[in-house]
Amino acid sequence: MTGLFVLFIYVGIFVGSFFVVTKVIDRATAKDFTSLKTVTFGDESAVRPNRIAGVLSILTIFLIWGMFTGSSLLPKFLHAPGPFVGTLEFTYTAEADGQRDDGTVTVVIYPRDSETEAPEVDPGDGFAKNDSSAIAKWRTGLVRVDANDEIKKKDGAEVVAINGQPIARGETVKIENGTVTLSDKGTPNLAPYRGWQMEPLYLPAPETVWSRTLQVVSEGFRSFTLWEHLGYSLFRVIAGFLLGALVGIPLGYAMGLSDWFRGWFDPIVEFMRPVPPLALIPLVIIWFGIGETGKIILLFLAALWIMAIASRSGVSGVNISKVHAAYSLGASKWQIMRHVIVPNSLPEIFTGARVAMGVCWGTVVAAELVAAEQGAGMMIMVASRFQNTDIVILGIILIGVIGFGIDMLMRWAERLLVPWKGKA
Amino acid sequence: MSGLSLQDISMRFDLPNGSAVQALENVSLDLKPGELMSVLGPSGCGKTTLLNIVAGFLAQTSGKLVLNDHEIHGPDAERGMVFQKGALFEWMSVRDNVGFGPSMKGMPRGEKAKIVDHLLDVVGLQDFKEKAVYELSGGMQQRVALARCLANDPDVILMDEPLGALDALTREKMQSLVLKLWKETGKTIILITHSVEEALLLGERLIVMAPRPGRIHKEYRLPFAELGVGADLREVKKHPEFGPKRDEILAMIWDMEEEIMGRTEEAS
Ligand SMILES: Nc1ncnc2c1ncn2[C@@H]1O[C@H](COP(=O)(O)OP(=O)(O)OP(=O)(O)O)[C@@H](O)[C@H]1O
Ligand SMILES: [Mg+2]
Repeated sequence: MTGLFVLFIYVGIFVGSFFVVTKVIDRATAKDFTSLKTVTFGDESAVRPNRIAGVLSILTIFLIWGMFTGSSLLPKFLHAPGPFVGTLEFTYTAEADGQRDDGTVTVVIYPRDSETEAPEVDPGDGFAKNDSSAIAKWRTGLVRVDANDEIKKKDGAEVVAINGQPIARGETVKIENGTVTLSDKGTPNLAPYRGWQMEPLYLPAPETVWSRTLQVVSEGFRSFTLWEHLGYSLFRVIAGFLLGALVGIPLGYAMGLSDWFRGWFDPIVEFMRPVPPLALIPLVIIWFGIGETGKIILLFLAALWIMAIASRSGVSGVNISKVHAAYSLGASKWQIMRHVIVPNSLPEIFTGARVAMGVCWGTVVAAELVAAEQGAGMMIMVASRFQNTDIVILGIILIGVIGFGIDMLMRWAERLLVPWKGKA
Repeated sequence: MSGLSLQDISMRFDLPNGSAVQALENVSLDLKPGELMSVLGPSGCGKTTLLNIVAGFLAQTSGKLVLNDHEIHGPDAERGMVFQKGALFEWMSVRDNVGFGPSMKGMPRGEKAKIVDHLLDVVGLQDFKEKAVYELSGGMQQRVALARCLANDPDVILMDEPLGALDALTREKMQSLVLKLWKETGKTIILITHSVEEALLLGERLIVMAPRPGRIHKEYRLPFAELGVGADLREVKKHPEFGPKRDEILAMIWDMEEEIMGRTEEAS
């Protein structure tokens, strides 16, 4: 239900901002030459990401996050209705030995961080006495209304109505700011109004995640600092990737240059390629344990096949005219290797390296989820066990940011080192 | 005897499905040092195959190839090649592309730089020395390819449709450049082209090849290349013999193409 509501708001903002930005703001801004193209629909080169849309997209996510967590960063009127907090009253009617009597129940619904005692109430007259109770917000509570009554449930008393509306075991009656359900054993169970917001246990507010970030940054998590956790993950990725490249690239070259190597390793590479590295985790743990060795070997295997295949296709992708030209210019085999085949394959190898780094980053997090003493994956796994959802979200954000950063770094290196990519 | 000699060259491609293509049959030719020969012929008549055999990229199934009194086996720096496109090294600057051959020989830097500078002057690319080759236009790239080939000082230059990918105007300028380089360097040149005019302009000798099996159909000796050196090629085309020769050869190739089409129609 809430999910559908969130979707409506999201689509609403998407469509609304589209009209506002494209029809109103873009009119007023200067045009470049692509706007002179009459055919833009279907012309991929005319489609460039709209910067305003990018910014709004991120803001929308934070807006909706804040709305449905009651974030203090947003003005109150933007919040989705929250759970009921305050005092709530209902009356119950008990029946015993053919006679009926009413009692009033007063319940205090208190915010989580300020535990409150049940209020003192005047017991009133009749055999059904008035009751009181206290429930934390988001929670429901059984109210043992017969506990102080003169005739108790075990003596044959039975609740037959709530706020004058008749009720039987298993049935529900609506009251102001909540519902009362008579349990199978005949005790009223009060469920105060929950509202539309998410419980912090499921989704903490953005500022909670932020303050938890500051706390983890200064105090660390599980006897390692945040930088140590991230550093361990990065170290494993880089070590595994480098080893994979160190073996994979020469292997790919050999496969691209020699029939025998191609024939020998093709079945192995083609078989290992579709095996997701995650499927190797159990075997690697059995063989090498949960220490660094196992993780680095896992990442080595993840990077190895990707790098071998990339450099193999880099070698076979060389335009035969270039090789012929080099031979005619008097180059030896070794010189052709060094001056033609290697530089020609570098763009492919870089593409492979980008993919491999991405896969390694994903694999290291998964491996740390399974078993580790430190690392980004271990952080979110342990945090989720202790229901520290804020740390889980913090971890997910950090993992995403670092993965993105790795990719940007690889692209930057690619532009710097192989400027001829795609220019052949 | 010096020069290039092709003696009864035949080439048969055995296809994996058991059939075979006779790409060349008993092709014999003698080229004196410094001769410029153009090769014409309908598509698929074996021009590229012939050039690849001379370059040493393919081994003929029978026959003998002799250059300057030794037999040819495999590629060598004595036979330079200019490709239609895509054979420059994108990862090197214009200067390094041109200097590739001398570098491979281990020529000292100073000597190499002199050769490269001279050739870049000749092809008019001195200002583009430090540029990456993919930053140049198609015509400029072909000039780099020519310079790279010349830097190696080969005895024979083989060109497979070197100007095929250029626009008409650039092409005309490049034709003049080829003639100029031929005259200045005195290299033996074999040039494959699809343009009859180009073949007439750039061939002291011109051979027309016929397909299935690939063979030499007719050979001409022409005055136009000599006339074209340092002259306006448009003027050369006004020579009284130029028009009739062009029409004759066009008709010849046209007939061959017709025959091929007829044969494929029968086959299907
Ligand atoms: N590697 C090969 N395997 C099989 N057949 C080949 C091979 N190379 C060329 N051929 C065949 O040999 C014949 C001559 O080919 P070639 O490429 O030499 O023709 P061409 O005269 O250069 O044609 P074009 O003018 O189109 O470049 C063609 O019938 C072609 O199909
Ligand atoms: Mg050809």
